Amino acid sequence: MLGQILYALPFLAQGFALTLWVSLLVVVLSLIAGVLMGVGLVYGPAPLRWAVRIFSDTIRGIPILVLIFFVYYGLPAVGVHLQSFWAAVLALTLFKTAQVVEYLRGAVASIPKGQSEAAMAIGLTFRQRLAYVIFPQAFRRFLPPWINGVTDAVKGSALVSLLGITDLMQAINQVIGRTYEAMPLYIFGALVYFAVNYALSLASRRLERRFSFIRE
Amino acid sequence: MSANANAALLDVRDVSKAFGTVEVLRAVSLEVKRGEVVSVIGPSGSGKTTLLRCVNFLESYDSGSIRIDGKEVGYREAATRQRRSERDLAAMRAETGMVFQSFNLFPHLTAAGNIMLGLRKVRGKSDAEARQIAEHWLGRVGLAHKADSLPAELSGGQQQRVGIARAVAMEPKILLLDEITSALDPELVGEVLAVVRSLAEDGMTMLMVTHEMAFARDASSRIVFMADGSVSAAGPPAEILGAEIENERLRNFLARFRASHF
Repeated sequence: MLGQILYALPFLAQGFALTLWVSLLVVVLSLIAGVLMGVGLVYGPAPLRWAVRIFSDTIRGIPILVLIFFVYYGLPAVGVHLQSFWAAVLALTLFKTAQVVEYLRGAVASIPKGQSEAAMAIGLTFRQRLAYVIFPQAFRRFLPPWINGVTDAVKGSALVSLLGITDLMQAINQVIGRTYEAMPLYIFGALVYFAVNYALSLASRRLERRFSFIRE
Repeated sequence: MSANANAALLDVRDVSKAFGTVEVLRAVSLEVKRGEVVSVIGPSGSGKTTLLRCVNFLESYDSGSIRIDGKEVGYREAATRQRRSERDLAAMRAETGMVFQSFNLFPHLTAAGNIMLGLRKVRGKSDAEARQIAEHWLGRVGLAHKADSLPAELSGGQQQRVGIARAVAMEPKILLLDEITSALDPELVGEVLAVVRSLAEDGMTMLMVTHEMAFARDASSRIVFMADGSVSAAGPPAEILGAEIENERLRNFLARFRASHF
C-alpha cells in the first residue's frame, strides 16, 4: 500500500506542483485586483463604487463550481476560448477577488475618520495617506481573513481537477484508478493539503503578533 | 500678491455652508492678523468647529471666500467654485497646522515618527533632519524623553502635546486648535494650555475653538462669539467676557457656562 504511493510519488508531486502554481497565481492576481477594486469601492466616484459593488455581490452569490464551468463552458458562446488551465485560474481569481474587495473594505472602514483628517492636515496627498497612514493600520485587520482566504484558495484549487487539469486531486484520482487504493491515497492527499494550510496559518499567527503593537 | 504686515493673514469673508437644509454657517466673516491669537467661543452646534475645518478645507463651503496670505484656500477662485486639485489642496493644507480634539495621533508610529511623517513626505526632509526637528519640538512640549514611545503608551495630555508638536513642526502660517482640551481629564488640561501659551508668546498665529474661558481671556488678542452659525459678537477679551455685556445671547451663554462650571 505504501509502496503504491511511493511508486506514484513523482506523478503526485507533479500534481502537487500544479496545485501550488494555480494557488499562487490566484492568490497574487486576486490580491492585486482586489486591493485596487477595494480602494475604488471605498474612495472612488459613485459609478465606480456601484460597478465594484455589483461585481462583488454577484460573484460572491455564485457557487465557485458554477463559476468555473461558466468560464470554461459558457464563455466560448461569446467567442472567448480559454485553455482549461487559464479558465480555472480566471474563475478562481474572480471568486477570490470579490472576497479580497470585502476584506479590504472592512479593514479600511475600521480606521477612524480622524486618521485620514490628521493625515490631510499635515498635507499628505491621497496616495501618501493610503501608503503611510491608512494601509499600515488596516493591514493588521486585513491579514487574518486574507490568510484564511489563501487557505481557501489552496483547497478550492482542487476543483480545477473537474476541468481535467492534473493537479494534486486529479493525480490522486488517477492513481486510485490504477490501484484501487482509495483510502490511503485520499488520506495522503488530505495530509498534503493540511500540511500546506497549517503552515500558512502558523505564518499568519506570526505576522499578526508582529503587528499587534498597534492599539487604538 | 505679497501681503503687507497689516493685512489679515487669514481672511474669512461671508462664508456660508449648509448640511442639507441645516445652515451651519451663515455669512461668517473674520480676520486673523499675523501673530494674533483669536478664540472662537459659543454653544455647541453654533458652527465653530465647522468654521475651523473650512479653513484647511477638511470641510467644503457653499459660498464666500477664505484666504490665507492672500491665497484662496479650497477653490481656484471664490467666484468659480472650481475645486483645487488634490495635489494643490495637500500643498495648501501643509501651510496650516491643525490640532484635534481627539488627538488623532497615528497609532502605528512613535511620537517622533508622528512628527517626522509630514517633514519627510511633505517637506522632503531627510530622515536625520526630520528626526532632529522632531526632537527639538518634543523638547519644546516637554516630551524629549518620549520620542520613541507609541501613542498608546502616552497619557492624553502627552498625546495632545505630541499632536501640537506634529502640527507646529511643519512651520505652518497659522495653527488651528479644535477644542484641544475637551477630551482630557481636568488635571491634564493645564500642561496642554501651557504649551499653547508658550507658542503664543513666540508669535504663532492661532485660531482656536475653545471652552476654556479663562484661557481664552488670558491668551487671546480677540474673542469671537458664534451663535446659530454666525458671528454674534467679536472684540478684545475684556469687552467680550467683561462685566457689562449688551449682547443678550452672549450674556445668556456666559451665564449658562458659568452655572455649569462652578
